[in-house]
Amino acid sequence: MTTDLQNTYLAPRDWASHSPHIYPFYKSTLLRGPKQPLLPIKQALAQLTAPVYGTEQLGPLDHDLTKNAVKNGEPLGERIIVTGRVMDEDGRPVRNTLVEVWQANAAGRYVHKMDQHNAPLDPNFLGAGRCMTDGDGRYTFMTIKPGAYPWGNHPNAWRPQHIHFSLFGDYFASRLVTQMYFPGDPLFAYDPMYQGAPADSRELMVAKFSLDVTQPDFALGYVFDIVLRGPKATRFE
Amino acid sequence: MSQLKQTPSQTVGPFFAYDLTPTQYGYDLKSLFTTVLAQPNAKGEHIRITGQVFDGAGQPILDAMVEISQPDASGQPVTSVADAQAKGFTGFGRCGTGTLPQNHFLFDTVKPGIAAPGQAPFINVCVTMRGLLVHTFSRIYFDDEAAANSQDAVLASVPAERRATLVARREMTGTGPVYRFDIHMQGEQETVFFDL
Repeated sequence: MTTDLQNTYLAPRDWASHSPHIYPFYKSTLLRGPKQPLLPIKQALAQLTAPVYGTEQLGPLDHDLTKNAVKNGEPLGERIIVTGRVMDEDGRPVRNTLVEVWQANAAGRYVHKMDQHNAPLDPNFLGAGRCMTDGDGRYTFMTIKPGAYPWGNHPNAWRPQHIHFSLFGDYFASRLVTQMYFPGDPLFAYDPMYQGAPADSRELMVAKFSLDVTQPDFALGYVFDIVLRGPKATRFE
Repeated sequence: MSQLKQTPSQTVGPFFAYDLTPTQYGYDLKSLFTTVLAQPNAKGEHIRITGQVFDGAGQPILDAMVEISQPDASGQPVTSVADAQAKGFTGFGRCGTGTLPQNHFLFDTVKPGIAAPGQAPFINVCVTMRGLLVHTFSRIYFDDEAAANSQDAVLASVPAERRATLVARREMTGTGPVYRFDIHMQGEQETVFFDL
């Protein structure tokens, strides 16, 4: 079924699933989160198209962070597979959509020039990846489990191990920037970003360990499904 | 079918550049999206859009990412890679604020056409940064489109005293028209952000 984009709008952002813009425990929000209420508008999806891109723009190793930046050997750390489905709220797969990921290395250090954490860089690891979802909305990355690292939000503040995700889905407004966490991390209780999300939504950011995805003698597997806003026909529903 | 809950948004953090804007920041990865939307052969008036993102203390933010999405000069969206190649126009740009002087962002594009009757020409904007737990959406309108702006329903829905935060100011320079569009996250000039 094709969507009539002139008469279709996106399901609203479910603010019960998202963090507030100002969350004092996360100090940087105090001067950066908007203070005025957002102005609700309805914009037909025909004017909210996602950026265009194609698999031909991706390199053959863009999805494999253990291989896409090697210089003189393999990156250090624990190999993991991260896979999952991108869906809308009705469970429909979001197909052929771009998933961009970035992360710290196994020591908890980012390649980014601004990262000053006193932990080693890995010459064989960039920590950037991207891929397209398949016909079932599934994506798969091979990577190294990122390390925890300290940051300056409060005394002895440490970020839980996480991988950053950026997606558009089918529309500009279904955009999602999020972070994937690992099950059972003891730092959850102390992390303002994790705690910023409503209590009953936090586990949606935590990947599940999967023995089925785990490859024997090679890499542990984690499943992280992602739910984006989907189209809602207004005229006939 | 049972409704699934939306995955919560999280901040993009300070270290996105080597994945999301790698070419701009000098990392060894080719950017999928750049600051150049329009090639020389793209139809329409070629313009530059530039500005800064300010925090609540009035300081320019050095680790924000601004994305824009717009139709072509005739008001038509870009529908595929082949369409973009034929038009010389991608319709989408991405720029981090960490490489240009005073943390400016900039885009080289064409002025968008009117996408639907009754609307003024505008560009969709998405802003994200460290310290922003949920990205924000805004719009760029144009100050030389006063007549069309006065008819635009979305602009009319914005309180009159805040409308100017959505309107880019045109200046002619030696290299062509430049529109100035600053984004204020907070304060008296806080930019209007939309829930769309």
